[in-house]
Amino acid sequence: MASWRHYGRSLRSFWSTSLAAELEYPLNAVIELVSVFGNLAGSLFVLQLLFAGGSSLGGWSWNGALVVLGLYTLLDGITTCLLQPNLSRIVNHVQTGTLDYVLLKPIDSQFWLSTRTVSPWGLPAIGAALGLIAWASSRAGVPSPALLLLALALVLASLVILYSLWFVLAALSIWFVKVWNATEVLRQTLVAGRYPVSAYPPALRLVFTFVLPVAFLTTVPAEALLGRGSLAWAGGSLLAAILCFGGSRLLWLHAQRFYTSASS
Amino acid sequence: MTIIQARNLSKSYRISEKQPGLAGSLRHLVRRVHRDVVAVDQISFSIEPGEFVGFLGPNGAGKTTTLKMLTGLIHPSGGELEVAGHQPWRRQARFLRQITLVMGNRQQLIWDLPALDSLQVNAAVYGLEPVAAARRIRELAEMLELGPELQRPVRKLSLGQRMKAELLAALLHSPSVLFLDEPTLGLDVNARVRVRDFLADYNRQTGATVLLTSHDMGDITALCPRVLLIHEGQLFHDGSLALLTQRLAPCRQVRLELADLHPSEAFAGFGQIEEHHGHLLRLLVPRDQLTERVAALLERFSVLDLEVGDPPIEDLIGVLFRSRDAAARGDSP
Repeated sequence: MASWRHYGRSLRSFWSTSLAAELEYPLNAVIELVSVFGNLAGSLFVLQLLFAGGSSLGGWSWNGALVVLGLYTLLDGITTCLLQPNLSRIVNHVQTGTLDYVLLKPIDSQFWLSTRTVSPWGLPAIGAALGLIAWASSRAGVPSPALLLLALALVLASLVILYSLWFVLAALSIWFVKVWNATEVLRQTLVAGRYPVSAYPPALRLVFTFVLPVAFLTTVPAEALLGRGSLAWAGGSLLAAILCFGGSRLLWLHAQRFYTSASS
Repeated sequence: MTIIQARNLSKSYRISEKQPGLAGSLRHLVRRVHRDVVAVDQISFSIEPGEFVGFLGPNGAGKTTTLKMLTGLIHPSGGELEVAGHQPWRRQARFLRQITLVMGNRQQLIWDLPALDSLQVNAAVYGLEPVAAARRIRELAEMLELGPELQRPVRKLSLGQRMKAELLAALLHSPSVLFLDEPTLGLDVNARVRVRDFLADYNRQTGATVLLTSHDMGDITALCPRVLLIHEGQLFHDGSLALLTQRLAPCRQVRLELADLHPSEAFAGFGQIEEHHGHLLRLLVPRDQLTERVAALLERFSVLDLEVGDPPIEDLIGVLFRSRDAAARGDSP
């Protein structure tokens, strides 16, 4: 119990200080708003072009495709709020040696590295995404509470998968100091998740399912929300989340033994 | 009771060697050549609670590696190590609450925010209750002569103020063992003296054990009755500073600015040449022969400027090791 309180209090202090630091640069809010609505408008335009030829895209209706786009935007917003500000900093910690300070704190270092900062600039994307998902899914038929819960669990699973992959790439910087490009490639590949996986050619579909789990990130939760998901895919997604998180944890514990610290 | 105990502590690294240039890089890609480098070679020492110990050695001697093993940042390759009753590399929370590390060249304070915000993060992470943390901050701020500075963004503080705030952050949880790696790096004379005074007071008042590395001999002489001198990974001296100075003191540094250019050989008989660039010359001269050598230099060469002082610790140690190596080879000094 004391440990939960300790972690809760630490998280509160992490987030209140990082929000205060971010608010030193209020212009970011404007830039982020413009970029979110610019991106959404661009994606909607492309979707409309794709649907102009017929009424379905890889078996997905216009509303279904909008739910996928909404989920992608939601993940992107959460990435901007939590994953990007924390995980992109790990490489920096390794290069400059400030990881030493993190490792010497009486708190789990993976927890520190993954939650130390939060940025409010993903909030516009999260707001827009929730609006889009609610609007498009209700037009496709209002989902039952059970489906809603399942979809929520699958969104959480997709977040865990995304987090774990990113964390693993960042943790590899302990061995190969320059991995910034790899994390950038990961983030760019995930852009593929803004359209349903079945819209891609079969070869890419395999890659997006088994190599880069783009399918689990947006398509699987969207299918659940629209009531057309299968239990196998849902189970697979939850299992993938557990495996990915477990893997990231093991790798981190292992990586610390190899850490030699930047020399002064 | 001993608070730090190291027995035959060793650390070796495996490094891959690469020839320079593109061809070397390509060869390196195909066939990697590894080499084991011994950074710390079976050193043993023990430190009692409350001691203030200086940790000396030239760059690359193994000081930082040892310090990192003592704090638990890296695994020893061999030997035994116990700090405050724990094996450091396990980094258990109970151990981490008892130690602190301050590095002069790296900071833990948040750049854009007042130091007070970073202190609150540390208070939460170390599990200090808000009231106790506030009291502790007040006490330390008073000792460090910090006041309104704590409410200014860290980026707007001077280097000296920043280091004092770093010390405050590092000592917030009342650690009993302090590892200080070049805490006065880059500070001006006044700031350095203030940091030194604070460390001496802190050690006296709290009975905390301090291990200090510094390139500034002033820090060591002002603070450390005992010094450990490490060279090429081996412990060379463990004892009082006075004893070390006796071993090292025979030399003084003579800096000359010459009117004319001369080859280095021209100064061979005057002392150990440490540096010779154009008109500037730096020599180490045995203390008992200082006046006659300086007089001879002034007589022989046209000298624009002359300065006699204590040589940097690195040079002293270098002379010591050169004479030791020469003795080992059986040469006359």
